[in-house]
Amino acid sequence: MTRRPLILALLDGKGAVFLGVLASLAVLVPVSNLLLPEASPLHVPTYAVSLLGKYLSYALLALALDLVWGYCGILSLGHGAFFALGGYAMGMYLMRQIGPRGVYGHPVLPDFMVFLNWQELPWYWHGFDMFPFAALMVLAVPGLLAFVFGWFAFRSRVTGVYLSIITQAMTFALMLAFFRNDMGLGGNNGLTDFKDILGFPVQAQATRVALFVATVTALALGYLVARYMVTSTYGKVLVAIRDAESRARFLGYRVEHYKLVAFTVSAMMAGVAGALYVPQVGIINPSEFSPANSIEAVVWVAVGGRGTLVGAALGAVVVNTAKSWLTGALPELWLFALGALFIIVTLYLPKGIVGTLAEWRDKRRATVSAKPAEVAAGAAE
Amino acid sequence: MTNAALTNTVLYLDGVSVTFDGFRALNKLSLAIAPGEMRAIIGPNGAGKTTMMDIITGKTRPDEGEVFFGGMIDLTMLDEAEIATLGIGRKFQKPTVFESHTVADNIRLALAGERSPFSALFGARNRIPEERIDAVLSTVRLTEHRERLAADLSHGQKQWLEIGMLLAQDPKLLLVDEPVAGMTDAETAETAHLLKAIAREHSVIVVEHDMAFVRELGCKVTVLHEGSVLAEGSIDAVSANERVIEVYLGR
Ligand SMILES: Nc1ncnc2c1ncn2[C@@H]1O[C@H](COP(=O)(O)OP(=O)(O)O)[C@@H](O)[C@H]1O
Ligand SMILES: [Mg+2]
Repeated sequence: MTRRPLILALLDGKGAVFLGVLASLAVLVPVSNLLLPEASPLHVPTYAVSLLGKYLSYALLALALDLVWGYCGILSLGHGAFFALGGYAMGMYLMRQIGPRGVYGHPVLPDFMVFLNWQELPWYWHGFDMFPFAALMVLAVPGLLAFVFGWFAFRSRVTGVYLSIITQAMTFALMLAFFRNDMGLGGNNGLTDFKDILGFPVQAQATRVALFVATVTALALGYLVARYMVTSTYGKVLVAIRDAESRARFLGYRVEHYKLVAFTVSAMMAGVAGALYVPQVGIINPSEFSPANSIEAVVWVAVGGRGTLVGAALGAVVVNTAKSWLTGALPELWLFALGALFIIVTLYLPKGIVGTLAEWRDKRRATVSAKPAEVAAGAAE
Repeated sequence: MTNAALTNTVLYLDGVSVTFDGFRALNKLSLAIAPGEMRAIIGPNGAGKTTMMDIITGKTRPDEGEVFFGGMIDLTMLDEAEIATLGIGRKFQKPTVFESHTVADNIRLALAGERSPFSALFGARNRIPEERIDAVLSTVRLTEHRERLAADLSHGQKQWLEIGMLLAQDPKLLLVDEPVAGMTDAETAETAHLLKAIAREHSVIVVEHDMAFVRELGCKVTVLHEGSVLAEGSIDAVSANERVIEVYLGR
């Protein structure tokens, strides 16, 4: 078998389509928003740019979740926590950018600290006035939490439903902690009223378009990283662990190390997703830690198709589009619709949208002729 | 056993006991396997054969007793991955392969070599020569199934794939748990042939019920009963042993 250049090895058919769509979005959405007159039917209004950017940050969260769930069988019901931590790290940077322009006009302290009569900035707020430090924390805080959590959980061989429950407990505990005012992170109001990011006004049209492009880029990079991981032998070992964990152990693989790498990388991706989400929606508060959010992310991945990466991203966008529409039309129905969706997908579409499409394609190929299908399978190797 | 005798074993168990919820699965089990030896272990269901393999491979910790590999490595201190890396491979009673991987990838993952996540991500694990895979596949006669998913193999083929994975691992000692369960007579004969070929270069412990198969292997036999050794010797000798007939063969 000959070796192909890395990028070709990374891109299968659906990957190429996916990156093609992202590239088109990165070009067409800004052009349409900034250059076309508002009256034009092809004009994308600025609010829609941010809405789409929000969906794509969810898509990155879904991709991160698919890496651990789809490929390693770790059903995390707490990935929203990593997303929220990345979001808080970005939020802290945005708060520090407000400077003396807060309602109380304090030169350093954010409004909520002045309101609580705090005299000085808590130690963990230091450094967040610098973007590179905040960006590092966006990766480091979720990554570190995932590493420590995973270190104990995987070493103690907690798996299956027990692992899911403790991930859920983790995000729930963080939510309770972040609700407390003395955490120094804005209590139940969270962090909001952002003004600038990197010196540009957060609300400005051009900034919003730039944030959108940044999100598309992060999603594409996240996809390439995840795709590299799952196509390497590392990814094959992950799937092997998912299929038969003890077999992998008796072959000499340190299962806990493999899981730990995937879990930590996944948490960092989720953190980046959260960091891109916050400036586009303008707020981060403890409800982002709520267990329901993490469960919703699982539904996105299930709908799109676990173990496909592209499907996870697609599922996030599809489900959230449906959610926006339904919460506008019949808000009280959303939770029921989400539950029904999960049941329908589990029963009738267990491979999700992308997995089912791939299955149809394989079947069609197989019926055309058995021989070419074999060749194709060999080439896909 | 003297120290000199101990160092002359590939595997040495002495006085190993393990209890599950008050039930003694192994009861002062002692066993010594010489380097290069093939040994068959027989015994009725529940005799503790699989549990013995669990002890050797680090899945279960003994309550008491000694387990030494190569005369000096205490296996009771190590976990599964460490023991596998030392050179002990294991085939499960129920065939266990990676179902969503192809036959070739199953062998690829089993092949001896660096096993860290780093090497699997960036290093040597990604540069396994296909010839090494082909060589193993031809030994276990799965060459024509190379690109099929392991899930699509027949039961007997899965057993062979798992034996192939063991071979690829290139261990010093192979533990093979009921390799011919559910096989046709023709497959059983081929498996006996295969194991004898493997035993030329490795130490092998085979657990099996099928007496015809054990006879075919033509090696020393240990009979386990209620967690300890009941008899040991040639197949003819143990078949003639009255206690063995009583608890096992004569039923
Ligand atoms: N993990 C375990 N927990 C409880 N009982 C066990 C466990 N493993 C084995 N046993 C019991 O130990 C006994 C020996 O089992 P096993 O070693 O599987 O026998 P064999 O392989 O000889 O048929 C059986 O009675 C079995 O039920
Ligand atoms: Mg058994």
